[in-house]
Amino acid sequence: MNRKLSVSKLIFYIVLIGYAIICLGPFLWSFITSFKPTSEINNFNINFKTLSAKNYVFLWKEFPFARWVFNSIYVALIVTFGNLLFNSMAGYALARINFPGKKVLFFAILGMMMVPGQVVMVPTFILLSKLGWVNTYKGLTIPFLTSLFGIFLMRQFFTSIPKAIEESAMIDGLSRFGIFFRIVLPLARPALSTQFILMFTGNWNSFLWPSLLAQSEEMFTLPVGLNSFYGQYYQFWDQVLAGVMILSIPTILIFLIFQRNFIKGIATTGLKE
Amino acid sequence: MNLQLETKNNFKKNVMTMKKLKRRERVDGWLFVTPFVISAAVFFIGPLLVAFMLSFKEYSYLDMISMFEAPWVGFANYLNAFQDSTFLKALLNTSIYSLGVVPIQLTIALLLALIVDSNLKGKTFFRVAYYIPTVTSTVAVSVMFMFIFKTDGILNRILAIFNLPAYNWFGDTRLALPSIMMMAIWSSVGLYMVIFLAGLQDIPTSLYEAARIDGANKLQEVLYITIPLLKPTIFFNLVVSLIGTFQVFDQAYVVSNGTGGPLDSTMTVVLYLYNTGFRDFQMGYASAIAFILFAIIFILTLIQRKFFGEETEF
Repeated sequence: MNRKLSVSKLIFYIVLIGYAIICLGPFLWSFITSFKPTSEINNFNINFKTLSAKNYVFLWKEFPFARWVFNSIYVALIVTFGNLLFNSMAGYALARINFPGKKVLFFAILGMMMVPGQVVMVPTFILLSKLGWVNTYKGLTIPFLTSLFGIFLMRQFFTSIPKAIEESAMIDGLSRFGIFFRIVLPLARPALSTQFILMFTGNWNSFLWPSLLAQSEEMFTLPVGLNSFYGQYYQFWDQVLAGVMILSIPTILIFLIFQRNFIKGIATTGLKE
Repeated sequence: MNLQLETKNNFKKNVMTMKKLKRRERVDGWLFVTPFVISAAVFFIGPLLVAFMLSFKEYSYLDMISMFEAPWVGFANYLNAFQDSTFLKALLNTSIYSLGVVPIQLTIALLLALIVDSNLKGKTFFRVAYYIPTVTSTVAVSVMFMFIFKTDGILNRILAIFNLPAYNWFGDTRLALPSIMMMAIWSSVGLYMVIFLAGLQDIPTSLYEAARIDGANKLQEVLYITIPLLKPTIFFNLVVSLIGTFQVFDQAYVVSNGTGGPLDSTMTVVLYLYNTGFRDFQMGYASAIAFILFAIIFILTLIQRKFFGEETEF
């Protein structure tokens, strides 16, 4: 019995480690290559003497990578904080405040969640170009400040916190806004941090809309910039892969730092609906 | 003032404040949802209605007339789509992609979740390692895989060790789509594994104990307890994964440089929608394609709901 168990355990470990190599291998290989000189990118072995950060320095100096990094951070932060505020407000109202039209609004949200975003792509683009928002920060941020999924998530969270806390605050004469900002929002920290990471990584990685809205090089976000850079420099893999690392390392780091909450948050938001 | 009058006045006052409070609530409720309602009206409902109208019109962004003046063409855009060989190819590719990716990725995710959930050391490490591809940009992943899959790349070199021939993965019409599928599976298994793990946590351990007393083995436990009780999670993952795969764009765009090539072998519905709308500026036609995509996703969701029963509130 014991022996059989240890054999199955061994198989389990082989599967788990094998899959971990499949997951991490491509990153490690690309990471190492990004430090190699162009002449050695196809070499299997790693020549530690020739490894250097020159590809990164090159990208930073010769291309607007710094600008793209700035654009990505700026846009992702504005969109993320907009979503945190507006989704919580709407989610809170739907969970706790009685107002006419609330039911209709909630069902409308559920209905809208079934519509793929690409359906509104063409008219939204026409609208943004009429507004003169194409190739501006406004265009990259304002249409994305709220999210249906985020509202849904916050509503579910607010329904689960006890009502008594708000009632006592109301007796003390606090307004709805006071209750929301001083009492409810601080309680929502776990839901907010999950949403922060989801929204930030989602927006940082977003490609389709920024590729339409950012048209000149200085407005590119990192994914758009990397795509255009790759198109022109596809034979210089050492430099291209340095660009890949600049794009992917920030979200991986954020994930590693917050991974405990992140995975827990994803797990619960996926199911406790 | 006698006591009766005082009570009456108090009562009146209370009713007044109650009314005031209720009105206050109504106003507050709407104030809280206003930012969302404006944003949804301007960037979702409005465009949705316009898209529906456009799908029955012939309109190019480059036309000198406004879209409201553009000529109506009835169902021509929809009918054209089903005679357009590139669109049909895109639809076929997307279906193959979806039917290939969804079951493989969910099976791997479920197996890994079952193993990670059992009593093993290093759980956190594996969970984190499997999740890293999920947080990485699809553009970065696509470029990285182009490097690994290139003709003289590391994948072909590893294959050579086992005496297998080298392939031009993304350049071969037969292999380009499967290569993108592999990439997609690789990048999202972690997400579904984590959701499965959460579902596994909700199954009461007492059930396993009871089964063990009745002499059930591990496989029987998985088949008769875990899988049936995991049905809501499986359903959730199926829907999310199916909807996600039908919207595939980034990978196909980056790998084929926006063309869907070689020879339309990586053309997907959303890539075609993007190209007809924003490269060819046929916005009426693009809108019709968008509604066909909407219909497909909607029908698939309904079928799944029927198939998996109504027990999940989604």
